[in-house]
Amino acid sequence: MAGTEITYLEAIREAIDEEMARDPEVFLLGEDIGAYGGAFKVTDGMLAKYGEARVIDSPISEIAIVGAAAGAAHMGMRPVVEMQFIDFIANAYDMLTNYVATARYRAFLPCPMVVRGPSGGYVRGGPFHSQNPEAGFIHTPGLKVVYPSTAEDAKGLMKAAIRDDDCVLFFEHKYLYRRIKGVMPAGDHVVPIGKARTARVGTDVSIITYAATVHKALEAAEKLQAEDGLSVEVIDLRSLAPLDDEAIVATVRKTNRVLIVHEDTRTGGIAGELTARINETCFAHLDAPVLRVTAHDIPLPYAPALEDFVLPQVDDIVLAVRRLAAW
Amino acid sequence: MAARRRSPGPGGTATHLGEALPLERKLALYRWMRLTRTLEERLVALYRQTKVVGGLFRSLGQEADAVGSCFALESRDVMSPLIRNMGAMLVKGATPVEILKQYMAKADSPTRGRELNIHFGDIGPAGTTRGFLGQISPLGDMVPVMAGVAMSFKARGEDRVGLVYVGDGATSTGAFHEGINFAAVQRLPLVVIIENNGYAYSTPTSKQTAAAQFVDKAIGYGVPGEQADGNDVLAVYDVTKRAVDRARAGEGVTLIELMTYRRKGHAEHDNQSYVPAGEIERWAAENDPIDRYVRVLTEREKVPVATLAEIDAGVAAEVDEATEIAERSGTPAPLDALEGVYADPPRERPLWFREGADVSGLGQERPEGWGTWDAGKGGAR
Repeated sequence: MAGTEITYLEAIREAIDEEMARDPEVFLLGEDIGAYGGAFKVTDGMLAKYGEARVIDSPISEIAIVGAAAGAAHMGMRPVVEMQFIDFIANAYDMLTNYVATARYRAFLPCPMVVRGPSGGYVRGGPFHSQNPEAGFIHTPGLKVVYPSTAEDAKGLMKAAIRDDDCVLFFEHKYLYRRIKGVMPAGDHVVPIGKARTARVGTDVSIITYAATVHKALEAAEKLQAEDGLSVEVIDLRSLAPLDDEAIVATVRKTNRVLIVHEDTRTGGIAGELTARINETCFAHLDAPVLRVTAHDIPLPYAPALEDFVLPQVDDIVLAVRRLAAW
Repeated sequence: MAARRRSPGPGGTATHLGEALPLERKLALYRWMRLTRTLEERLVALYRQTKVVGGLFRSLGQEADAVGSCFALESRDVMSPLIRNMGAMLVKGATPVEILKQYMAKADSPTRGRELNIHFGDIGPAGTTRGFLGQISPLGDMVPVMAGVAMSFKARGEDRVGLVYVGDGATSTGAFHEGINFAAVQRLPLVVIIENNGYAYSTPTSKQTAAAQFVDKAIGYGVPGEQADGNDVLAVYDVTKRAVDRARAGEGVTLIELMTYRRKGHAEHDNQSYVPAGEIERWAAENDPIDRYVRVLTEREKVPVATLAEIDAGVAAEVDEATEIAERSGTPAPLDALEGVYADPPRERPLWFREGADVSGLGQERPEGWGTWDAGKGGAR
């Protein structure tokens, strides 16, 4: 509904609803998504609207959910499947990386499907309801990965994901589900996969990030502007595979100082890949080493004091930007 | 199970659906089994000449289970084979030329040199495709995928059935369990065949499961389970046809266990040192599926030996011709490796260290005066 502010979660639901209405091949499959409407109610109302043939409650079987989606996708259907928590995508890792990701390349089999699920921390969810497992999947050729930070992008990227001819992993940040709102652009709002967004224009230091930490970075940028007079640019990657190399290079050339922030753990996280790309493509434009603010390499603990310590916070970002600016 | 394999005498007898097949179709069954064996023998020769690029997987002694089961499908149905179901693929329309090119990694092989052996397929709308879906190496994965294929049949109200093969080993995987359970709950038109050939690589079935027999697992999934003598091609056809008919009638999944024996190793390199002495020889002597079927055809059906010899000669000629065609094909162009990971973008770029790669985007031009740090100025900026 154009003009009305809706939440990040409602934006995802609106995208799925519009795509199901547009294309009869789109169907939903997952645990507790029908009568219950999903653990976070993303698919609330879908069963009543589209019926049991298109909103399918599955057994607790992530391998079967992803595998069956792949088989149906080969036959021309467009499954959108839910991992009740994205942490459980690990159960389907083989099916996604060995089967789905390779299907087009090894066998010319189309696999147009979306695997979506609530992701991320800052919600006191503990080790198995807080994960950010995106890095393992961007490492796998054949998969696309998106992770929006705004309601507008959540809707537009979901529509793009459903229409994409390959498998898209759609990470939804559960901290943002009901905290972030936006007014949807009118009409058929599709955000292209593979394009980053400049969340804040700046000239002194660039922060490259995505998902919930976009909002941490924006908060830090305001503080740095107010307290230090620093002009911080914030790039929201939105798509993690493929990465928007042009946008990354452009911001490096503009500010010459780069901080990469992600909520995922540090070692083997996407920040490492971004740093390598910056090093290979625009080393000469750097005035300081690329720095990272990430989670500690720790399974995410439950207690607020512990979780807050492990995850990146606004003050961590402020400190890192100050260090870069003073280099 | 183990006792059964140590005593390999002909077990089950064909029941009415198999026996009722017209002679012409019974001879077709013979021809597919003979083609399977002859083509594999040719592949062994090519393997020894190092013309087969990777490993070679035989189905010697299992031809009846592959051929007889797939023979129960209609052309619109979809089947997903295992590594020892080349016979099923031939029945479903895969050609010896395709298989030979695939094994030899030719540019015009079905996967253009991307995948090995019989890992290739042809699925899509009925009438335009032959209906077989290539497997991947992680075992059991094709059960959920074929559940999804069958789900598309059900969703669209199509009169089509899916059939998926797993080995005794794959029954231990999570994918098998999740896939058959999902298909059973959804009442999908899917037939799941467990080929119990006694070994998963070197592991005997006694180390694979504590169940008395694999068919017992059907009870746990709430689906009909049937066991048949996998070396009796008519019995295999019979049991599979009944399951296919049930699936087509909307009665959901059937689990079939076909009892057979793997006479060669996991692959051609495997010396089978783990097999008890004499076991392979006994199966070869007493329970070869082609020998058994020849007796059925000549003794019960009164088919002249000359008729079978004529089929054998036709098969040999077909394999010779296919080999000539396949050997003429070239190898893929290296840059083809970058094509088609995604629909969009259609190809990946070669990396910068490869000759001829486009490095214009690297942006490694070095600005004037860069690279000398001046402490007095606080850096180059």
